[in-house]
Amino acid sequence: MWFVNLIGRIAINIYDNIVDVLCFTGNFVLSIFSFPLYFSKIKKEIISIGFYSLPIVAFTSLFAGMVLALQIYSGFNGMSAETAVPAIIVVAIVRELGPVFAGLMVAGRIGASICAEIGTMKVSEQIDALKILGINPIKYLVAPKVIASMIAMPLLVIIANIVGIFGGFLVGVGKLGFNPVNHISTTFDFLEFNGIMLGLTKAFVFGIIISIIGSYQGIKTTNGAEGVGRATTNAVVLSSILILIFNYILTELFFING
Amino acid sequence: MENKVVIEVNNVCKSFGDKKVLDHFNLRVHKGESFVILGTSGCGKSVALKTMLGLIKCDSGSVRILDSEITAMSEKELLKHNLNCSMLFQSNALFDSMTVGENIVFGIKNRKHKKFDDKYLENIAKELLKAVGLQPDNISKYPSELSGGMQKRVALARAIATKPEIIFFDEPTTGLDPIMTDIISELIIKCVKAIGASAITITHDIGSAVKIADRIGLMYKGNIIWVGTGDELKKSDNPYVKQFLNGKSEGPIKVI
Repeated sequence: MWFVNLIGRIAINIYDNIVDVLCFTGNFVLSIFSFPLYFSKIKKEIISIGFYSLPIVAFTSLFAGMVLALQIYSGFNGMSAETAVPAIIVVAIVRELGPVFAGLMVAGRIGASICAEIGTMKVSEQIDALKILGINPIKYLVAPKVIASMIAMPLLVIIANIVGIFGGFLVGVGKLGFNPVNHISTTFDFLEFNGIMLGLTKAFVFGIIISIIGSYQGIKTTNGAEGVGRATTNAVVLSSILILIFNYILTELFFING
Repeated sequence: MENKVVIEVNNVCKSFGDKKVLDHFNLRVHKGESFVILGTSGCGKSVALKTMLGLIKCDSGSVRILDSEITAMSEKELLKHNLNCSMLFQSNALFDSMTVGENIVFGIKNRKHKKFDDKYLENIAKELLKAVGLQPDNISKYPSELSGGMQKRVALARAIATKPEIIFFDEPTTGLDPIMTDIISELIIKCVKAIGASAITITHDIGSAVKIADRIGLMYKGNIIWVGTGDELKKSDNPYVKQFLNGKSEGPIKVI
């Protein structure tokens, strides 16, 4: 009996959370259709999310490209590896690894910081202070972060893609001794518009997930410093899981639609 | 003091889980009046205050602030309505990512979508800093660089900056030394008088309550059980008031 009870409670909890997040997202959508839009805050957030995440995202992507080249070479050894390596790297990075790695890295870096910032403001009554001063906290705090993430993530992924493919090129040409001209021309042969669009759509959606989940967990924070820690962990774990789930859903949607 | 009622709370109840925090809570505050709610920790003072500002939704009852019923208001209407009120938080709730100056003029700057000249706002911030007894050169400091008493003064400056009609004070002197408590109490009286606002203060500090208040209400178990002036408080025979004033653990007030 306790087992049924437990499942019931978990189901209700998940349902409540989903409804809450949807209401929160609805509030955010409503908030961007009225003035003021706090452009200076959006600009600041784009720099914080995009520019300062660049090193870690590029680093991850570079090594992903490099290790991929080695793995494909060893897997395809003797079977036209020189074509397979650049072809698979470009397809894998542009469609999957670029956006997913960037998403996970940004979830860890930005999702956590958004949640900790808003959560600390919540427990120190600064969110209440905003309300008393007549400011809608979702509009003032959340909207700039979500809008900035939607803009910054695709830009980050474009750079992650370029760096990742370059990582593959470095190992392919430098270590495996491929012809650089052939490598580059094969890379461009397999770089298709649909793949790029899929990657950028993913980046856009991941940007929304990271900022909405981070902000939502922040706004819901209770119980002081411990609560902020817990909310931050939840934000990173939940947004990472959602990134992986939405990655699959978007891939399937793109393939069904050609 | 005029007779117009600015705060009218009728039969407000609020529970958190099984715990009844406000139990048919009633309150009337007149225009220009300074009302202090005294009470032990956990008697529901803070919840009462937050209910009056709409930060906490009550389960039942009516809350009329400046002739508007706020329990029925949407979030947006409430934000607009709150422009007439301000609050000094117990924790000060200064925005730690902003300088002292930005904190003080934040409410003015974000009002009515008007564009204000930076120099004009800076002058207002400096004037307000002077009004709360701080040097104007503190304007570019961050809240974390200030002492507790100075932070409280900045929070007071922010609370009066928008010239609200009602100011709510949440334990304004808790955590301050006795001298600073007296200074802040006097500043509150001075600032509230200067802008002609009504004030409602919750505290458990009897000295500061008597000093600030036109009327004092003693709160116990989610309701106000006694109301009177500071002098009446001292002379009262009410066993609850007596126990609270004498700070005895034995008596009708049970603290868990």
